[in-house]
Amino acid sequence: MTTEMFMLATLDGLTAAALLFMVALGLTLIFGVMGILNVAHGSLYAIGGYVAATFGIGIDKFGLPPALYLPALFLAAILVGPLLGIILELGLLRRILGKDHVLQLLVTFAAFMILEDVQRLVWGTQPYFVSHVMNQFGNTEVLGIMYTNYQMIVLPVVAAVAYYGLRYFLSKTWLGREVIAITFHREVATAMGVNATLVSLLTFVIGATLGALGGALASPSTALMLGVGADMIVQSFAVIAIAGLGQLGGAALAACLIGLGRSFAVYLMPELAVLTPYLIMMLVLLVRPEGLLHQPA
Amino acid sequence: MAIRLVTVALVFLAVIISHAFPWLKTPVIFSLCNGLAVLGVIVLIRAGQVSFGHAMYSCAAGYAVVFSARAYNLDGVLLILIATSVATLFSALLGLFIVRYRGIFFGMLNLAFSMVLYSIISKFTTVTGGTDGLSFARPQLAGFVLERDVFETVLLYAALAAALICGFLAQRYFESAPGQALAAIKTNETRLEYLGISAKHVFWTGYLFSGFLAGLGGSLFALAQGLVTPEMGYWVRSGEFVFIAILGGAGHAIGAYLGAFIFEFVRFYAAALLTGAWQLTLGSVLLLIIFMAPEGLVGILARRRKPMRKKIM
Repeated sequence: MTTEMFMLATLDGLTAAALLFMVALGLTLIFGVMGILNVAHGSLYAIGGYVAATFGIGIDKFGLPPALYLPALFLAAILVGPLLGIILELGLLRRILGKDHVLQLLVTFAAFMILEDVQRLVWGTQPYFVSHVMNQFGNTEVLGIMYTNYQMIVLPVVAAVAYYGLRYFLSKTWLGREVIAITFHREVATAMGVNATLVSLLTFVIGATLGALGGALASPSTALMLGVGADMIVQSFAVIAIAGLGQLGGAALAACLIGLGRSFAVYLMPELAVLTPYLIMMLVLLVRPEGLLHQPA
Repeated sequence: MAIRLVTVALVFLAVIISHAFPWLKTPVIFSLCNGLAVLGVIVLIRAGQVSFGHAMYSCAAGYAVVFSARAYNLDGVLLILIATSVATLFSALLGLFIVRYRGIFFGMLNLAFSMVLYSIISKFTTVTGGTDGLSFARPQLAGFVLERDVFETVLLYAALAAALICGFLAQRYFESAPGQALAAIKTNETRLEYLGISAKHVFWTGYLFSGFLAGLGGSLFALAQGLVTPEMGYWVRSGEFVFIAILGGAGHAIGAYLGAFIFEFVRFYAAALLTGAWQLTLGSVLLLIIFMAPEGLVGILARRRKPMRKKIM
């Protein structure tokens, strides 16, 4: 493996990890507060990406200034996350809170199936690839290879901001502490005057927005097509399973593990690239079924 | 009583429909095959677990059929035996790992494994034919060379027999001690362990049985279709199995076949109207069942007797 290939694999891996991390962060946050694994989180990722791509095409079509490309990505996430998040939470998740896990999985799986067809009906089956933003930011040469600034700087920075922003929100703000209180014990938190229903809704919307943001930010560098949602939900589940359910910090580590594992596999053993996330997950679960960073109570 | 009536009605319906309307023979066979796989999913639902990747065992059996048919030109009966054994063995091996997990982890690990299998099959085009799949010539059945029409009729009765026997076996299993222990994994696994019974072993046996059922369904399906594609193991298929299981209800083995029949025929006639919105329909109906009739069709059948009992009390 040459230095160039090594650098390429590392950068690819970190970029993928940044995106994966944002999506997994949303998934694990929702799981922490509501105790529900939201399978439809993968659809939020996909729809966030599709809406962002549509905005990108719209900007071209109406001759709007190119400076809008990047804000459009965030706008897509801020529209999709809360809108779908509120519909899903009010319509479905609120009704199955505290019920049997199988039932919860089935309900979110049903939502996932519905949203999968919604994507097909709205955006069709052809792949979308809108890379204006990426070209806008230009390339930089690192140790002999050209790499896009968008993937190398913008994505990791946004992921880091999302992580530290969420950490700050959870530990320093009143609302964030209410979220933590519900994670620990819903009933006691309610008895202490926390409006658990409202805080759950808010958390779900934040989580959903993170999922949509991951998709929106992925849209310039990856082609969007049917099935990305399914792929993403399994990968981000792998991330939070490796990290330990509800562990925010571990998710970053796990995302890097999977992102790098996959990108190195692409260069070394292309056939096995798809398998690496699952192989890593199985290995970790074999050794530490509770996840890497799980602290025994 | 209602359940027995439905079973008899379903058997007659299957036979009459496929003789009166020959073009419906294939959908009847397919729904019996699906019913077998769904029965496998129901076994797991009895233990309170749901697998989002069970189509992988049907898919494994399908590819076992196609590989051995193409390589050795074997008899159809032998093909079914080989393919079902392959799927059972596969589930026994994966089961060693998977039965350690419950709930979300169990569901998602099955999904993960099925996606691994799907991508391996789609990627290694030279061996598996990629997404186009592999076809094979119609094999002999028990030593007889059969015309397409006769072949399908024989296959129909074979599938019907398999469905009846497996349904009976599953029902016996549910009522047996291991079956009751399996149901105890849902209600209280800790107490099961206190009784000195290994929950892992009980669940592994159940997982093995469900893998066998999915494999048997898959091998019959492959024979009936004469073509095997990776779609057989795609998560959409697994999702359909879970959907049918919930539609039919996990209360009785007949739920699997009842659900599978309704599913196949609605798809046969309505798929054209719902092109592109098929999953949307499935998802919506799934939500409706979960919220309105969580016991499925079997639950509705069984419910009719309950008010009587209440009056007596």
